[in-house]
Amino acid sequence: MSMTRRHFILLTAAAATAWESILAGTPETSPNYNAYDHWWGMLINIEECIGCGSCVRACQQENKVPDGYFRTWVERYHVADWTVESPAVDSPDGGKNGFPELKDPNGKNFFVPKLCNHCANSPCTQVCPVGATFDSPDGVVLIDSKYCLGCRYCIQACPYGCRFLNPDTHTAEKCTLCYHRITKGLTTACCENCPTGARQLVDFKNPRDPVHEFLKTHSVQVLKPYMATKAKVYYYGLDGSVR
Amino acid sequence: MKDLKDAGHLLRLAAVFVAVFLIFLLARGSFVPKSFGRYGHFRGDALAEIASRPIAYAGHQACENCHGDVVEVKSQGKHKGVNCESCHGPQAAHADDPASVQPAKLDTTSLCPRCHTANAAKPKNFPQVSPEDHSGGQPCDTCHKPHSPAIEQAEAKP
Amino acid sequence: MHVPVEGFMYPNEVELQWSVLIVLYPFITGLVAGAFILASLERVFRVEAVKPTYRLALLTALAFLIVAPLPLQLHLGRPERSFEMYLTPHRSSAMAMFGFVYLWYLMGVLVVEIWLEYRRDIVEWAQSRTGVSRWLYKALTLGSYNVSERALQIDDRVGWIITIIGIPSAFLLHGYVGFIFGSVKANPWWSTPLMPVVFLFSAMVSGIAVVMLLYMLTCRLRRRPIDMRCVDTIAMYLFYTFLIDFTLEMVDLIHRIYEADESFRSLDFMVHTKLYFSQIMLQIGLGTITPLVLLAITQLMWLPETVRKFVYSVAGVLTMVGIFAMRWNVVIGGQLFSKSFLGYTTYKMGFVTREGLLPAIILSLLPFVILYVLVRVLPPWEEAAPLQSAAAESELAQGSV
Repeated sequence: MSMTRRHFILLTAAAATAWESILAGTPETSPNYNAYDHWWGMLINIEECIGCGSCVRACQQENKVPDGYFRTWVERYHVADWTVESPAVDSPDGGKNGFPELKDPNGKNFFVPKLCNHCANSPCTQVCPVGATFDSPDGVVLIDSKYCLGCRYCIQACPYGCRFLNPDTHTAEKCTLCYHRITKGLTTACCENCPTGARQLVDFKNPRDPVHEFLKTHSVQVLKPYMATKAKVYYYGLDGSVR
Repeated sequence: MKDLKDAGHLLRLAAVFVAVFLIFLLARGSFVPKSFGRYGHFRGDALAEIASRPIAYAGHQACENCHGDVVEVKSQGKHKGVNCESCHGPQAAHADDPASVQPAKLDTTSLCPRCHTANAAKPKNFPQVSPEDHSGGQPCDTCHKPHSPAIEQAEAKP
Repeated sequence: MHVPVEGFMYPNEVELQWSVLIVLYPFITGLVAGAFILASLERVFRVEAVKPTYRLALLTALAFLIVAPLPLQLHLGRPERSFEMYLTPHRSSAMAMFGFVYLWYLMGVLVVEIWLEYRRDIVEWAQSRTGVSRWLYKALTLGSYNVSERALQIDDRVGWIITIIGIPSAFLLHGYVGFIFGSVKANPWWSTPLMPVVFLFSAMVSGIAVVMLLYMLTCRLRRRPIDMRCVDTIAMYLFYTFLIDFTLEMVDLIHRIYEADESFRSLDFMVHTKLYFSQIMLQIGLGTITPLVLLAITQLMWLPETVRKFVYSVAGVLTMVGIFAMRWNVVIGGQLFSKSFLGYTTYKMGFVTREGLLPAIILSLLPFVILYVLVRVLPPWEEAAPLQSAAAESELAQGSV
């Protein structure tokens, strides 16, 4: 079942309304933000992603991500016929500048944006020896770069490959779900810049967030569910070939 | 006790260990960051530090406060769901001080193909063209107005 | 630095995170644990035959233990923050336990045991030596010169208890390293409950081998006869421990091949291509099967002494190579394949970089330098004279004492 244009417009309109209400409730300054009132995640619609790489570029601009490393990236999958277990995948420079045309377009092709899944049961915070990476009360997995030793155990423990070592600070780094934005009522840089609305920030604790209606009417998946990480990035339209 | 006398060296050793342990406890008291443990096993101040990082993208709400006319045009067309900074780049500096920071003029020849270049992996119903075939190298805004890209009249320039 | 990638890897996976220094660390702590277990054979299990190596084994363990944190410090992105592991250890992290297990083993087990073993000699040297060394020994006495019969009995008893505690402590010191890898569910090459056990047994193998080699070498250097009963016994323990280690690794391998889960194809390909030399040829062929066969021959048939010494030396060296290769294959191998199981990367090891080959070589040689100093300060042998001050030595030379 694909999302019709009507649904999409409704979703965008609903999201806009939701944002109005969030903005009205939480003025610019962070001190009025109560972390315990929020539980953040993301909803990604594979059928809407056009692989333009705007999210990757936007994230890099917003968060000063060093070249060659990625807090978010886009993968392209090519599944030829029934060979679901062996797709051809590419992600040239993380998809930052889009993708070249496929040599063999026959079969099923689609894009998968990826980022930190902000797992509620995250293996990365479990292994941090000092508590430099942690789960915030509002469900965002963050890194205290003033405390991180750079031992890289968290990078090894992440099943999704979303972490890296920042070559300038020599500490671990990853997507922060634009914590500095969402605590001020803004959306993440990647969601703000996604031209098709394929990426949507969601706040599960907000009863008026459109994600609740969406989850009631659509099938969603998470990446690597068998890892039992309680990932909070939900994908709609995720194919079985996605790694 | 006689045994205690002969175990004196062990007591000295134990004393050294205890002394070192006490020094460790003292050091721990002064070196552990004060906000550590406030919300969980991490430095509590980190939350505020991370939350106060500088913002580069103002968010479409900020644009809409001043550029209502453009929003009106955009909301009627196909780019209704495309946020301003998606094309115009990060404009938080402009939103904070509109007079002194001006957004750069965009070059549609390189901007539009980023989304609209045809690719077999893009959704079939997404408008996509081969730029050379479609416009022969002419800038996209020769025919398309970016804020409302649909071309109404049939006699638009080729 | 462009790293060649075959197939597809998640963009952040291309660069390896844990370098050759992280290969060296378990190798070194393995030697510590193994040397200590060998020492405990005599102390606790009353294997008289290996007594000549008792003190040497303890000093070897200490020399390697002193060097053990250095590869970790060099590897850390922020080594100046490493003390945080003592301030705010995260109890769910096996790595956080390192600081405490290390400190406990160093101070609570090894240093105490060595001190108790050498105390009588230390007291004697504190009274007989002159110059700077006199002050060193005086400091080591902690101010107590009691070497009465009863005091020494107490030392012996306490030392025995420490060794008893030391055995599980040695298991913990190296077992937790295996757990650090074995508990990472994200990495199928590492994630197995067998990992701590395999690490531990390979540690014992390498530790026994290194003490055997050092004993034979130091006898040679001191021009003393090698106690063949001792070396034969050590070789026997080495053989049987190695058999268990090999069995465990084969069980893991056969299990993987049989179950052939999602990761198997990717890992199998990696072993046959990228890890062919280090795993098939070095670790299994040259480093496990060959020494096992050599040792088996010495166990099954009688060979003249010179032949046995040669065979033990060769087997010992090959064993060390094999166990190092095993650490390499686990650490580096675990990072060469993509967690998408669709691609592979390459390990680019620098030479004169912070985590390159040169620091690794230096850190491998450093324990022997430290051991040399320890052997001078606390000689494991009766006939060797302990540390003399330079002045006293020149006086002796001039014959004017």
